[in-house]
Amino acid sequence: MQDYFIILASEVYKILFLLIPVLVTVAMIVWLDRRVWAFVQKRRGPNVVGPFGLLQSLADALKYIFKEIIIPASSNKIIFILAPIVTMTLALIAWAVIPFSDEFVLADINVGILYIFAVSSLGVYGIIMGGWASNSKYPFLGSIRSAAQMVSYEVSIGVIIINVLLCVGSLNLSDIVLAQEKIWFVIPLFPMFVIFFISALAETNRPPFDLPEAEAELVAGYQTEYSGMMYAMFWLGEYANILLMCALGSILFLGGWLSPINMYPFDIVPSPLWLILKILFLFILFALVKAIVPRYRYDQLMKLGWKIFLPFSLIWVVLTAGYLMYFDLLPTV
Amino acid sequence: MIAHAIFFYIFSFIAVISAVMVTVSKNTVHSVFFLILDFISISCLFIMIGAEFLGMIMLIVYVGAVAVLFLFVVMMLNVAHQKNTFFKSTHGSRHIPIGLLVSLIIFFELVIVVGGWKYKPDLINSISLEISEVSNTHSIGYVLYTDYIHLFQLSGMILLVAMIGAIILTYRKREGLKRQSYFSQISREKVDGVDLVDVEKNKGVKIDV
Repeated sequence: MQDYFIILASEVYKILFLLIPVLVTVAMIVWLDRRVWAFVQKRRGPNVVGPFGLLQSLADALKYIFKEIIIPASSNKIIFILAPIVTMTLALIAWAVIPFSDEFVLADINVGILYIFAVSSLGVYGIIMGGWASNSKYPFLGSIRSAAQMVSYEVSIGVIIINVLLCVGSLNLSDIVLAQEKIWFVIPLFPMFVIFFISALAETNRPPFDLPEAEAELVAGYQTEYSGMMYAMFWLGEYANILLMCALGSILFLGGWLSPINMYPFDIVPSPLWLILKILFLFILFALVKAIVPRYRYDQLMKLGWKIFLPFSLIWVVLTAGYLMYFDLLPTV
Repeated sequence: MIAHAIFFYIFSFIAVISAVMVTVSKNTVHSVFFLILDFISISCLFIMIGAEFLGMIMLIVYVGAVAVLFLFVVMMLNVAHQKNTFFKSTHGSRHIPIGLLVSLIIFFELVIVVGGWKYKPDLINSISLEISEVSNTHSIGYVLYTDYIHLFQLSGMILLVAMIGAIILTYRKREGLKRQSYFSQISREKVDGVDLVDVEKNKGVKIDV
C-alpha cells in the first residue's frame, strides 16, 4: 500500500511538471495570437504591460479573477457551472499522451491516437452544456451550430488519421513519430496535411470557422452569459485545444520530436524543443489564418466538410492503401 | 491489487447510480447527461479489464457522436412542457408493461449468459484468444478481417441501408430554392453577363430574358 502512494506522488509530480508549463504556454500563446493578428493588420497589438507586452495575459487573468461571476437567475445552475470546468479539464487531460521525446511522455499507451480523438470529440459537451444551461437564445443557437460543426469535421479528421495509421501500423503516438524517421508524412501525404489543418481550424472554432461565436450574429455565442473566471476558463480551454491540435498535427505529419535533418548542428538541440518549435510554427499559421481570411457562411462550412473533405480524404485512404499494398510497403504489426 | 479494486468499485458505482438516474431524473436533458456519464464510466471499466480499444471506441462512437445527437433531439423538444404533462398524469403510464417486458427479456438473457459462463463453460464454443504480447487492437483486427469478415461486411451493409433509409424518409425536395454552385460562379465569363447593344434612337431595345 505504501509503494502505491509513492508511485502516486511521483505521478502527481510528473503531471504538474507537464500541466503548469502547458498552462503558462496557453497564456503566452494568447499574447502571441494577438500580436500576430495585430502585425498583419499593421497595428501594434498588446505592448504596454511588461517587455513587448509579454505580461498582458497575466494582467488579463488578474482582471478575470477579481471580476464578479454572474450566474443568470433562469439558468440551470449546476450545468452552467459544470460547462467551463468540462471544457478546461478535457482540454488539459489530452496532453497526457503527447510524447515530447522518446522518454518524456506521461502515459505511453497503446491507443494514444484514439485517446486524443476521443477526448477532442468530448470537447463539444462543454459548449453544448454552456449554451443550453444559459437558457437564452444566442448561447443556444451558438452551441447548436458548434455541435453540428464539430461533429462534422471530426469525421474527416478521423479519416485523415486512418491515412497516417495505414503508413504506421500502430496506434501509439511514439510509434507514429518513430515511423517518420526516414521521411515526414507531410511530404507523401501533403493533401491530407492541408485538410487536417483546415479541419483543425473548424474543430477548434477558430476563424474562418468561428460561427459558434460569430459576434455579428450571436453576440458571443455560447459564452454570452459567462463572466469573470468562468469565461476565462472557456477561453483557456479553447486555446489549450488549439495548442493540442497543433501538437497533434506536428506529431502526425511533421515528425514530432524528430529533428528535420539528422546532422551535427541539428541533433544537439534537445528533442522536446523540436516539438515545441513545430507547435509554434503551426500556431503562427493558425494566427495568420485568423488575420487574413473572412468568416465562412454556415452552409458553405457544412458543404466543405461533408461534400469535399470527407469524399476526398476517403479516396485518399483508398489510394494510400493501394499504393502501400502494390509496392509491398505495408508496415508489419 | 487493492487500488485496482477501489477503482473498479468507484467506476461501477458511478455507472449503476447514473444508470438509475437516467430513468429517475425528471428533466430529460439531465437524463441524457447521466447517460453520458454512464457511457464514460463503462468505457473506464473496459479500459480497466485491458480492453482499451473497445473503451476508446465506446467513447468516440457513443459519447462523441450518438449522445450528441440525443442531446440535440432532446434540447429541440419542448422539454419543460413534456415533463409536466408526463409526471402529473393520474392514470398511470402505458409504457410500464412494455418496459417490464424488455427488462424481463434482458434479465433472462443475463441469466443464460452468466449461467453458461459460470457453470457450463463449453455451452457456447468460442475461439478463446491466448493472452500474449499482441495488443487487443491487433487481435480484434486479426479475427474481424479473417474469421468474421462476412459478418463484419454484413453489419456494414445493414448500417448503410439504415442510413439510406433514414435519408430517403426525411428528404424532401424543396422548390424555388436558391443554391450556390461554385463551378457556375467561377466559370462565368464577361460574355455571359454583359451584352453590348447599339440602341436605336427613339426605339429602345428589346430585352429577352
